[in-house]
Amino acid sequence: MPASLKEIKESYDVIIIGSGLGGLTTANRLAYCGHKVLLLEHHHRLGGLATWFKRRGHIFDVSLHGFPFGMIKTCRKYWNKEIMESIVQLPNIVFKNPQFSLTTTFNKVDFTKLLESDFGIKTETIERFFTSVSSMNFFDDQSMTTKELFEEFFPGRSDVHRLLMEPITYANGSTMDDPAITYGIVFSNFMNKGVFTFSGGTDKLIGMMEKELIKNGVTICTNAKVDKIVIEDGKVCGVVVADKKITSTAVVSNSGITNTIFNLTDKKHFSDEFFTKAKEVRVNNSSCQVYMGIKKGETIEDVGDLLFTSTAPEFDSEELLDLHTRSKTFSIYYPKTRPGLERYTIVASMNSRYSDWDNLSADEYEKQKQELISRSIKDLEMYLPGVSAKIDWAEAATPKTFNTYTLHTRGTSFGTKFEGLDVSRSIHKEIGGLFHVGSVGIIMSGWLGAINYGVIVSNDVDCYLRA
Amino acid sequence: MTNDEIKDLVLDIIEGIDDEADFASLDPDQPLREQLDLDSMDFLDIVMELRKRHQLQIPEQDYPNLATLNSCVTYLAPLLKDV
Repeated sequence: MPASLKEIKESYDVIIIGSGLGGLTTANRLAYCGHKVLLLEHHHRLGGLATWFKRRGHIFDVSLHGFPFGMIKTCRKYWNKEIMESIVQLPNIVFKNPQFSLTTTFNKVDFTKLLESDFGIKTETIERFFTSVSSMNFFDDQSMTTKELFEEFFPGRSDVHRLLMEPITYANGSTMDDPAITYGIVFSNFMNKGVFTFSGGTDKLIGMMEKELIKNGVTICTNAKVDKIVIEDGKVCGVVVADKKITSTAVVSNSGITNTIFNLTDKKHFSDEFFTKAKEVRVNNSSCQVYMGIKKGETIEDVGDLLFTSTAPEFDSEELLDLHTRSKTFSIYYPKTRPGLERYTIVASMNSRYSDWDNLSADEYEKQKQELISRSIKDLEMYLPGVSAKIDWAEAATPKTFNTYTLHTRGTSFGTKFEGLDVSRSIHKEIGGLFHVGSVGIIMSGWLGAINYGVIVSNDVDCYLRA
Repeated sequence: MTNDEIKDLVLDIIEGIDDEADFASLDPDQPLREQLDLDSMDFLDIVMELRKRHQLQIPEQDYPNLATLNSCVTYLAPLLKDV
């Protein structure tokens, strides 16, 4: 059980603000390293965007759509064997759009086969493409865009570009104009062995993580919104939460990087150069989702686990963000998602802009939400004829909803664009003992990216605490 | 620590990262990365574990010194001579 604010001590080695997967992992690693850790979360439950909610006996997962195979090793090393053993493959990834329809396991072997047979690409070109993307790393030249990368290997082939780009756009909010390395790293992670999920659902995963943190001595406090990071003589010395000051040698913010700099820290502690750089960080776009629950006792046919669908003629990053986009993914949760709970749920996800929703009147906002639900159910009918009669619960989330629950600037569901990574990595050089972990730079996003980034930041923090 | 003890220390840390790691045919002069299928996160784990066990602070620019088993020994020997 999380502790209440009244019960917590006055001093810790490190305080972690926010319990997204990055914050949770940092807490766990630092406890493993022997530090006294306090984890503060503003919401009543842990997980950040790795969350779920219950309605009429349904459990809806918000961001459990599929992660790469690498998650198995990551969970084994940084969490525990039990968590690792709950990871299972999502075998059927479906694409349906005016250019092509196919089902794939979404790995290199199957993609090579499909690119040859369905798209007529030469084996040698496919191999060169895979070699090129898999050798990309973080330190590479960032001037090449994903569009240029695709044009180099598959010139003029908008169908191939769509196959390669669409899933990654939903995975990390990136576009064809972002640096090619942000694409290459994430795409290669998935191409390794395919797409995986957590059997038992997000609630089970976060519950297991909470148990592990408590076992390792982390003090957890929910409903605890940090108002301010306290800094003296260029170094952090704690935080203020509910008018109470708690001291610590280090603070790790798992709040968004823009929230951390502009809301939680007094501007005067940053150099002008750093502050200017931080102001130029672009937050990524947000999402809309429609959650649909199938009536108890009803069943639906297995039409695939993750469906990338669109009726737009070609892939277009702008079209995907439009309020009336014709492109969406369906994550279909069969009873295998939560063995024992014989239920089916479907989550439609779309990329979306905060500004499109923020400017609506209350009436217009509700009306747009209802239209979003109607469009999603209508689109779902194409794959599951008659499904509308089986749905007994449908509701929508918009960028404003994401903002409410995560507090992220403009409700971003994918962190920041590439430049956010450098700001996140260098904040501790500006203010001693202040670190940031969270979705930045497109690469450090998604469930796997967030957890691994938590490990990378833990190393910096441990280094600082032991210096 | 003797050179052999340092080798054992490094292998023990790697075993903690991957309990199925096979050291039988390991060439001490060839990169650990390819032979044991280690990635950059695994090397970060080695660095953290050395700090935890022996309070060693290994700066990022020195990470390449951990490439092979023998280069680990060469790099760590002076740092662990009093242990």
